[in-house]
Order: sequence, then C-alpha cells, then structure tokens
Amino acid sequence: MKKLLLLGCAMLFALLCRAQQTFPVNGAWDIRPGQYAFTNATIVVNAEQTITNGVLLIKDRQIEAVGTDVKIPKGYVTIDLKGKYIYPSLVDAYTGYGIPDAPRAAFAQGGFGRAAVPVSTKPGAYGWNEAIKPEMNVKAVFHADDSKAEEFKKNGFGTVHSVIRDGIARGTSAVVTLGNERDNFVILNDQAAANYSFSKGTAATNYPSSLMGSIALLRQTYYDAQWYKNQKEEYNISLDEFNRTQALPQIFEVGDPLSVLRANKIGKEFGKQYIFKTDGQEYRRIDAMKATGGSFIIPLTFPEAFDVEDPIDARNVSYTQMKDWELAPTNPAVMEKAGIKFAITSYGLTNVRDFWTNLRTALDNGLTEKQALNSLTAIPAEMLGVADKVGSLAKGKMANFIITSDDLFKKDNVIFENWVEGRQYVVSKIDVTDLRGNYSFASDALQNVVLKISGTPGAYTVNLERTGADSTRATGTITRIADMVSIYFDLKNKPAGNVRLNGYITKTSPLTFNGSGILPDGSEIKWSAAYTGPAAPDRNRNDVPKANNVAGPVIYPFMAYGATELPKAESVLFKNATVWTSDKDGILKNTDVLIENGKIKAVGKGLAPGTAKVIDATGKHLSPGIVDEHSHIAGSGSINEGTQAVSAEVRIADILNSEDINIYRQLAGGVTTSHILHGSANPIGGQTQLIKHRWGVLPDDMKFEGADGFIKFALGENVKGSNNGPITGAARFPQTRMGVEEVYIDEFTRAKEYKAARAAKGSNVRRDIELDAIVEILDGKRFITCHSYVQSEINMLMHVADSMGFKINTFTHILEGYKMADKMKAHGIAGSTFSDWWAYKNEVAEAIPYNGKLMHDEGVIVAFNSDDEEMARRLNQEAGKSVAYGKMSEEEALKLVTINPATMLHVDKKVGSIKVGKDADLVLWSADPLSIYAVAEKTYVDGIPYWDIEKDAANQKAIKAEEARIIQKMIAAKNKGAATQRPAGRRPRNNESDEDDEFVSGDGVGQTNSNGK
Amino acid sequence: MKNKIFILFGGLLLSTILANGQANISPAKAQMKPIIIKGATIHVGNGTVINNGYIAFDKGKITAIGEGSAPNTAGADVVDATGQQIYPGFICPITTLGLVEIEEGARGTVDEEETGDLNPHVRSLIAFNTDSKVIPTVRSNGILLAQPTPVGGTISGTSSVVQLDAWNWQDAAYKADIAIHLTWPVARVQGGRRRPAVPTPGVPQESPAERAQKAIDAITNLFNEAKAYADIAKPEVTNIRLEAMKGLFNGTKKLFVNAEGAKEIIQAVDFGKKMGVQVVIVGGNESYLVTDVLKDNNVPVILKETQRLPDKEEDDVYLPYKLPKILQDAGVTYGLTGIGFWRQRNLPFEAGESVGYGLTKEQAISMITINNAKILGIDKTTGTLEVGKDANLFVSKGDALDMISIDVDYAFIQGRNINLDNLHKQLYKKFADKYGVKAD
Repeated sequence: MKKLLLLGCAMLFALLCRAQQTFPVNGAWDIRPGQYAFTNATIVVNAEQTITNGVLLIKDRQIEAVGTDVKIPKGYVTIDLKGKYIYPSLVDAYTGYGIPDAPRAAFAQGGFGRAAVPVSTKPGAYGWNEAIKPEMNVKAVFHADDSKAEEFKKNGFGTVHSVIRDGIARGTSAVVTLGNERDNFVILNDQAAANYSFSKGTAATNYPSSLMGSIALLRQTYYDAQWYKNQKEEYNISLDEFNRTQALPQIFEVGDPLSVLRANKIGKEFGKQYIFKTDGQEYRRIDAMKATGGSFIIPLTFPEAFDVEDPIDARNVSYTQMKDWELAPTNPAVMEKAGIKFAITSYGLTNVRDFWTNLRTALDNGLTEKQALNSLTAIPAEMLGVADKVGSLAKGKMANFIITSDDLFKKDNVIFENWVEGRQYVVSKIDVTDLRGNYSFASDALQNVVLKISGTPGAYTVNLERTGADSTRATGTITRIADMVSIYFDLKNKPAGNVRLNGYITKTSPLTFNGSGILPDGSEIKWSAAYTGPAAPDRNRNDVPKANNVAGPVIYPFMAYGATELPKAESVLFKNATVWTSDKDGILKNTDVLIENGKIKAVGKGLAPGTAKVIDATGKHLSPGIVDEHSHIAGSGSINEGTQAVSAEVRIADILNSEDINIYRQLAGGVTTSHILHGSANPIGGQTQLIKHRWGVLPDDMKFEGADGFIKFALGENVKGSNNGPITGAARFPQTRMGVEEVYIDEFTRAKEYKAARAAKGSNVRRDIELDAIVEILDGKRFITCHSYVQSEINMLMHVADSMGFKINTFTHILEGYKMADKMKAHGIAGSTFSDWWAYKNEVAEAIPYNGKLMHDEGVIVAFNSDDEEMARRLNQEAGKSVAYGKMSEEEALKLVTINPATMLHVDKKVGSIKVGKDADLVLWSADPLSIYAVAEKTYVDGIPYWDIEKDAANQKAIKAEEARIIQKMIAAKNKGAATQRPAGRRPRNNESDEDDEFVSGDGVGQTNSNGK
Repeated sequence: MKNKIFILFGGLLLSTILANGQANISPAKAQMKPIIIKGATIHVGNGTVINNGYIAFDKGKITAIGEGSAPNTAGADVVDATGQQIYPGFICPITTLGLVEIEEGARGTVDEEETGDLNPHVRSLIAFNTDSKVIPTVRSNGILLAQPTPVGGTISGTSSVVQLDAWNWQDAAYKADIAIHLTWPVARVQGGRRRPAVPTPGVPQESPAERAQKAIDAITNLFNEAKAYADIAKPEVTNIRLEAMKGLFNGTKKLFVNAEGAKEIIQAVDFGKKMGVQVVIVGGNESYLVTDVLKDNNVPVILKETQRLPDKEEDDVYLPYKLPKILQDAGVTYGLTGIGFWRQRNLPFEAGESVGYGLTKEQAISMITINNAKILGIDKTTGTLEVGKDANLFVSKGDALDMISIDVDYAFIQGRNINLDNLHKQLYKKFADKYGVKAD
C-alpha cells in the first residue's frame, strides 16, 4: 500500500512545471531532484542486451545508471518493478507532430481557368518557385501538442521526428521528445534532416504540374545551388538554405518502389544518399530497393480486407489490391530478410490504435522482434542523429523509457508507463500484482463458488462457477482501481439479479481479497477470495492459433498478368509462314524465320531448326513488331508539364512506369516498341523516351538501348490553350499562333547565347537544364518530333528551323501534311499521322484519311501512330486503312507501322523489319496483319515471348483462381472480426502514391485536351 | 456494262471532279426506273448469303432477290456486279452524327446536349443537320441510316431514325421520335481521381450509393407521374415533358437506358418491367455478366464499340472484341454502334473486329443491320434485303467489314442512287492534282 501511495504522489508532482533557467518565475522556484530508482525489472537495454533483475537510476532528465549491480543512493524514490519490463521508449522516424497545418488555401491557385502564377508570390528574398522551400525549419514553427503527444505515448513512443510535409524541398526537420513541457526542453535535434518529396504541396506557382516537372525542378535546384556558391549577382535565401542543409541526413518521402528509384537516380546524380520514407510496398521490387543502398522509413499501413461477398462489387477490387492485402504485412519481414536498414513509423495509419495490431501482424508475417525493436529505437535514433540521447538505455542518455507488463511484442503485453525526459506518463495503471487466477470464494450467502479472473491486466474478466445442488455459471464484471476492486455478476438463481461486491487486496501471498457486498434483495454480505492457482486461459476466437500464413507469390509487375518469373529469350523456328519483311524482300510466302539469342538468325526456305523450338506457321503471317511513333502509355504523374511555354528540361525517362497494363495489352496487338512522348500543352515540351514492351521489367530496363534522344514540340490549339475554357486573369503565353513562333525564336536565341557563354566561361555560367536540351538540338544530338496540324504552322516551324539552324525530324499528327508534303520532302522531315482521325477540333476540319497516302507518294517517310492506348493495340488495322483510303499497296501499308516509324526514330538498324541480324521483335498473326480479322497469336520482343494467346488464357484462369483464394481468405478474416473496407468503384491506379495524387488535381495551365490529339 | 454505269452515275462524278465544295453534293433524286444488280454475293442481313445473286428494286422498294439470273430485266437499269458484295445499308444507332460538326473549339457547331437534367421533350430530329460535311464521309462506308441521339443529364431527350441523304431533317426522318434516352444512376464513384470534397460542417456526407438511390427515386417518381398523366385525356395544365413521355406507355417509344455495370443493367431492366415500358440497354459493358436477366426479360443491348479497352486490368484483354460472341451464344439480342459522329464511318470495322474473336461474318453483318433495325423498331422496312422492304443497300468491291477490302461503289437509300463523294475525296483529288500523283 505504501508503494502505491508513493507512485500516486510521483504522478501528482510530475504535473508541476520544471523551471527553466532563462525564464523568470512567478512565485517561489520549485526545482525538484527528480531522482528515481526502478528495481527488480527485466531491462531491455537495446535489441542486443537484456538485464534481468536490473536497476534503472534516473535523475531529472537523464539516466544515471543501468545494471544489476547498481547501488541506490539516498534520496531516490524507489519503484519496485518485479515481473515488469523496461524498454527504451520508441522513436518514430516520421511524423508531423507539433507542426501547424499548412495553409491549403493556396493550393488551388493556378489551376484550370485561373490566372497564371509563373513565379513565386511569396514576399522576401526567396527562390522563384514556392515548392522549393529549404528555408522552412521545424524549430521555428514547432509547438508541443499534448493531445497528439498522448496518442504517441500510449503506443510507447517517447521521441519523434517532426517534418513539415509541404513542398518539394521541405527544409529542415527536428527530433523532439513527447515531453509535456516547454518547447525549449523538447527539441533534441533542431537539424535532424533535410527533407524532400515530389509533391509541390501548397505552392501556388503553376510549375511544376507533373512528376517529371518536380524531378526537373529539384535537379535544377541542385545545379542552381552549386552555382549560387560562387556568384555575386543575387541574394537568395532558398538557395542559401539549400546549400546549408546539404550536410544533414537527406530524407526523401516517396510512395511506391518506382518512385524510390526515381528519387535514387537524383541522389546518384548529385552524390546524395537519400533515406527513403515510403508507402511500404518495397516487397514488390525488393532487389531494386536493396540496390539503391539507401535506408528506409516504412509504415505499417496494411490495407484492410475488402467486402467481397458480392461478386459484382468484388470486381471493383483490383488484383493488385487483393495481392497487396495479403503481401503488404510481409513488407517489414521482406526488408529484414533482404538486409535493408529500415526504421518503422506509425505514420499514415488511419487510426493510431492500429499501430500495435499492425506491428504484431508484421511479426506474424516473419518480422523478428529484434528487428522490430531496432527499427523502432536504435535505427531511427541513429538515422536522425540522436543515438547519443535516445534509442537505448545507458548512462547519460535521456530518461526516455517505457514500463511494460511483459515482453513488449507479446500479444497481451500492456504498456503501463511511458517516461519522457524523466517524467512519468501513465498509459495504464501499474498493477502491483497480476490478478489473474482461480480463487476460492467465501461468503455465508454464496457457498461453493469458484471465482476466476482472466483476460489481460487492464481488461480483466471474471467468471463464477457454483458447484453442487444449485450449480450455475456466470460472467461478471470486475473493475480495479489500484488495490480496490469492484465486481458484479448475476447468478440468475439463488439469488437472481445482480450481486455487487467491493473489496481490496489484503494479502499478496497468496493473493487475497476481503470486502463487503449487497445482494439483489438489498441485504449486506461479507466476502473474501483467496488465490488457489492459475486460471485456464479464455478461449477467445482471436486467440485461435494463426492459420498457416502462406501468402501468394510476388509477381512482376505487381498486377494482373504479372509473372512470378519473367519469360526468357527462346530459339524458335517459324516454319512456312507468310513473312512480311518490311524490307526490300517484300512479302515472302512459305518462308521460315529462325530466331536465336534475341536476334533474327536466318530467313529462308527449308531452314533446319537445330535446337530451336519449331512453330508451324502454315497459313499464318509473321510481321516485324509494330512500332508506335506516338504513345503516352507507361508514364506516371502526368505526361504534360504545360505550365511554361518551354519545358525542355522535363524527361519522360524520369517517370516511366513499368506497371501499366497497356504495355501488356498492346503486346496483344503486336506492338513491341513505343515512343513515349510528352504531351502537347506547350510549344517546347519535354524529352521523350523510346521503350520496348518488356512486360515485367523495371522502368530503366524497358528503355530502348542506344536510341537517340528526342524532344516533343507542339503547335496550334493545344499550345494556345484555346480549348481549355475561359481563363480569368493573366494567361500563359502564347495564346495565338503568332506567339508560338516567338517562343521558338526566343528560346533558340537564348540557347545559342547560353552555349557561347558556357564555351567561354565554363561552369561560371549557371547550368540550365532546359537550355541544355535546346543546345543538344542545335548540336544535332537531340531530335524533334512536333505535334502539328494546319499548314500555316507547319510552314512556320520549318522557316524558324531554317533561320535558327536546326532540323525537324518528324511532324507528328501532321494532319494537313498532305498540303505541305512537297516542303516536308524538301526538308527531309518525316510525317507520323493518324489513319483517319478528324473533326475532333477546329484545326482538324480538313484532316483526311488520304493524308498518309499523299505524303507517301510525295516521298515523305510516313508512319501511322496511335496517341491512344486503345488504338495502339490495333495499329496494324490502322495501317490497313491506307488500303481503304488511297489504295496503298499492302506491303507499303504495313511499313507505316514497322520500318517507317523505326526509320524516323533512328532505330531502323535494329527493328522495324525482318532481316538477319536485327532484334527478334516479331508478331505471329492468324491472318493478313492488315486485316480486321487478324489476331496476334504471339509477340516476341528480343526473342522473348511476352505475348502468347494460349499462355494468356492460362493466365486468366490462374488469376481467377488466385483471386478466389484470396477472397476466401478475406471473408475468413472478416468473419474473424477483421476490419473491412467497401470496394470503391473508383480504383486507385497501380502506382497511386502521394506524388501522383498532386498531379491529377489539375493545377497547371493548359492540360485539357493536350495529352492526346 | 461500263456504259450503263456511265449513264447512271457518270454525270454525277463529272460534276464533283469539276468543283471542290461540299455544296454540290446533292441529295439524290427519287428512283425513276427499276434497277437490277446482278452477279453479286448478297449478304441478306439475316445470316443468309446468296452467291451469284441478283436484287431488283423499284420505286424505292425491293421487288425481287435471288440466285442466278435476274428475271424481268426489261426496262430496268441493269448493273453487273460480278465478284462484288451487296449489303443492307448499315445502321448506326446512338450517334451525334448531324448534331455535332466540330467536337471542340467550335461550340457553335455542337448541338448534342441540352442544359437541365430531365429533358424528355428535347428532340434531336429538328437539330439534325443534313448539310453536315461529316455525313458524306460516313455514308461512303455504307452507313445509310442513323439515330441522332441527344446526350447529357439524366433524361437526355428524344431521338429519331434518319436516312443519310436528304435536303432537310424533315426529308431525312425515317422514323420520328422513337426513343427517350435515360442514363441510369451509378452508385460507384466514377471518373478521375480527385481530392474528396471538403465536407460542409453539420451536413451529413452522402454516400455514392445514397446519391444514386436518390436519383433512382427521382426517376421513379417522374415515371409514375408520367404514367398517370398519360391516362388523363385532357390535362388541366399541359406539361410538355410528360407529354413527350406518353409514348413510352403506349408502346410508340422505347426507353433507351445508358448502363454499363451489371447492377445498373439489372436495375434498369427491373425498372422497365415495373413501369411497363420497353427497355433497351445502351453500352452494356458488363452485359455478359447478366445475360440471363437480359434474355429472360427480352431486353436488347446496343454495344458501344468493340474497339475499346476492357474496364478492368484483370479482364481478358480482348473482352470487348469477344462481347458480341458472348451475347450471341447467350441468346441476347444485341446491336452495335461506333461512338461519336465522324467515327461512325468505322462501324463496319467495329463489327468486323468481333469476327476474329468468335462471331461469324454474317453475324457481324446482322449486328449492324437487322439487329440494330429490330432494336430501333424499323425492321419492318429495313435491316435485311427482302422483298417489300426499302431498297437501302450498297455495293462494295470487297468485304465491307475489312479495311483492306471495303470499296463502296454504289449505295441506294429507298432506291435513290446516293452520291458517294465527300469532302475527303475532294481534298484528296485536289492535292493529288497538285503533286501530280494518282488519286486511287
């Protein structure tokens, strides 16, 4: 009883404020020693070392001693923790704790129909773009938040990393304790890390409106910051702070594994090793994650099961979501097995109370307790430069520790107290004794009763059983406050009605209660209960041993039609096919084609197979893989950075998305190579990327090796924004075709001056990644494909090119190319057009399906492109339309989607025709490939069968079976009481992540109608 | 034979070569003389193929059709179409052809969507622009009848069937005011990813399901009132909305319901049954999941394009191509439209697409001829090549469902010999002439 009293007092006193030297005091100073000795506990010093029967001595804020052989000096409040555990309190590596909410109002500025905000409107000597705010500093805005702190403390956290989550460069974060006192005592490290993301947050500046724009902006900022160090032209707080924070740990908040790779690439370019804070999907690409060499901060945000009982509604749950439900909880274990260093954060949980549930789920899925403890203590402490203060228990460190009833990770463990900076916070009142057990109950009025207390400390349940003549059972309620208990129960018979008891612990060995009570009839009784032995545990359905937790395999890509193992190159002999060579040999009947090691080895009659697999292609047609000159698939976070008239600095290469189902769907239409273009929102768009349809590989591995770099230009209505609806206020230049010309003249003039200045003064001239791309054009190292429609603008650009000394490689769309074919021919410019599109806007009022034919006959290299994920998978038919409109020969028609686009993309030496030595990119068709009746039965890329109509059928069955298995599991989980969510009609895209989210909201001028035609 | 054709069509061709405007593409004159086309492969539209067949028509109606040599050639213009294909005119339902000239950036040319949510009284027929430059480009691929259809709102308006060669909408009307178009409310959240709306404090958030149910309730109320109104001989106050809906309850108008999802289709079918109106499902992407419901209730589906993407990543990549075959096998009546207006010239290929995925060629032809005709309620007069029906047909040198063989030589609407010239052909000739190349 004494001990209890003491504890209670300690708590009371702790509520008083400690004085601060520099602050005046109102009244008498009240500085206390704050000296405590915790004895007889199992002390987990860190993940490696545990002391049994140890002593922890603390004085004021710090630990004085930890060990078994610690002498307790006088003047220490001693607290006996026999049977209890002490752990270092946990460190949350990523929170928004104590940070005021960012003003979201600014966010909508610069969106559709709003005035352009080309540069920052923030007062002060800051940088041009509001999304780059390295000057933000948590220490300047932090203010402890008691109620939020309590949420963390209940989970066992004592220290957190506070980050301002706003903008691309987000400034300096701080490590703070969750102490309930003046902010001055709470901040442990005011320079914890420099923080980044791809999300522009509340920035009102229009740029960037895309993921690739964010990447370019950050890259340019690195270059600007380097330049800033040695210049005397301007003072710039943002660049100054950016430089100042480079020595700190660099934390990059991203989402999925692909965005980790994107951030990592920036890091490698500038010699930075980021720590990645992610959405916890590393398991999907664990090898690539490991290869970054970075450490990670991962959440425990495991998806809830879906309500899948209704088969129609269940269709709204994607295969990715289903598999993620099963595999996301394995992520921490997968990280551990891969040997990646990672901290665990509670960030992102919809309900903070899920933290322990989810952590235990992670443990059930293979995470070790040791790793879990490390990831919640030592690792984050070290990551954030506070390992000398928190993360383990040792002399001189902060007195940040938790007292638990049991092993921290055990299911029934209770966190009793969470001491922060030597001050107690009670989570659940410490029971001196565990009450659980069987008791012999003694009372005159109630004979032959056995009382059983079970459950968990803090949530006991009580059961009574009477034997003999009036045998009965009842479940009662027990409430405990310190050593007092109150119990009530209804035996239903002799007496019927509630019996209400109260009592207190009178003896601890054996544990004995004495007390009084009132029967249902109002008469008073005396009772006592003495411990007789341990109680059998309750049979609770949640305690049913876990079913063998076997999860399905990870597939690549992580979505429908992904594979556990990627297909490999095959040696194949296609026998007796009609071979459309798209080469001077024309169309060869009854011909064999042999492929080996990813290349075409032989074309001829009666070829010997050797070791190659033989495919009887009698009656079938073999064509080169289709090449799409104009595509927008396989990109993340918008393919337009239309907020500026020139965005030559952005690169599709930075945002390639290997997890786009259209890569696969188009293989099913014979497409093997696609040119992924920036949109057409501005006169000079971004740098393009040529890819091969290698389904399942990482983004970088999709890239067409050694292909020349291209850049997208655009003319006309999209560039003018004329179909975007009315704009209130200033509009982005240009708004007319007149203005478009001036954008080119100005930009190329600047690029020439820049090139000359760089040549003369070297790196003293600020590196400009936008102008670098234009200089590449001037140097003949980068090639233009220009979105174009009407003859006047086509003519204009040819004139600008002539006068500025650059070349146009391709006019894409070029629907009035037939009016300018002679000039295009004279300039050596190719035309990549639609077969038959027209009338979808004013500038295509005179688009005709004979366009390709007329350009072709005039000697222009002509391709048909898709610019559309649907049309792309039947480009062979689009080529066939040139037979309908203009009677082009079938041989020439197929070239429109094979060798001709390959030629205009400068890859005709490798792909586009069936010729010995070229890449084995082939399609086996059921019929004439130009015909509406042709079905692509097999598609090979580099000799690898990425599409096979029979394997696809098997795959569909396998997907259904796997879905069915997971659905059964989800229903079982729901029946066991797991939380569920309703399937939304709207599905997240494959790579839904924070940064993607920002871009769909439409901030950015000129986005409508500029992705496509 | 060449001479005959010259006499028949020569004058017309000559005039289009000389001029470059649209203005001279005139609607054809009424059929003056019997015409017999012989020696062709005739696709009747109902699955039957007549090899070496003939077809005769007079005063706009088919008078004879059969195999071998044509009877009674005296006094008729005889066209030898040996080796060529004859098809019933293709019918494109659910289109904005004639309602839209330029989709974007020229709002003045767009007359497809009226403001307001419930517009049963709005009629597409009177906005149908027979002078559209788009129509001749569609017609020259064999599409001879269309259903210009209003869009938008919950009840978009009333549609009619028109034939595609006329001086004005009145002449064009083939069957006026045949259907009212309803878009079934969808409970799921659709469309792009947006930030959730900021909830208004104190106002309970409405779930998508609740919102959809409210909309369904509103439609139900409207229909109940419309039904009651239809019984009033002389209403005290005339309500032109409810007047327009009367036809739904006396069988003169069908209710075309835009619905893609399985649940919406079930709800719409059930609604039609309760209200006693004839329902046609338009879209029906998930119709393959509810074929029994459609078949048992005799509700047809007009599919929107075969050349589209599957709805879900998990779906068979070819599902839209296979959908007609699935409905065919399940015994559901189905038709097909392309979408939009200018894209309807691809309707033959949209139909042909399903042939590689299970449908027979004749079934694919039926899909855009007799099936569409039945659904639109014009099968008594068109949709197949049978005696007594309108002479709505065209002749193609090759298979009209395939882009490498379609080559429409002549087309007839109600026996009128249609001018197959169009803006695109004219521009083609103009620039072929500029470059000195041959305009094949």
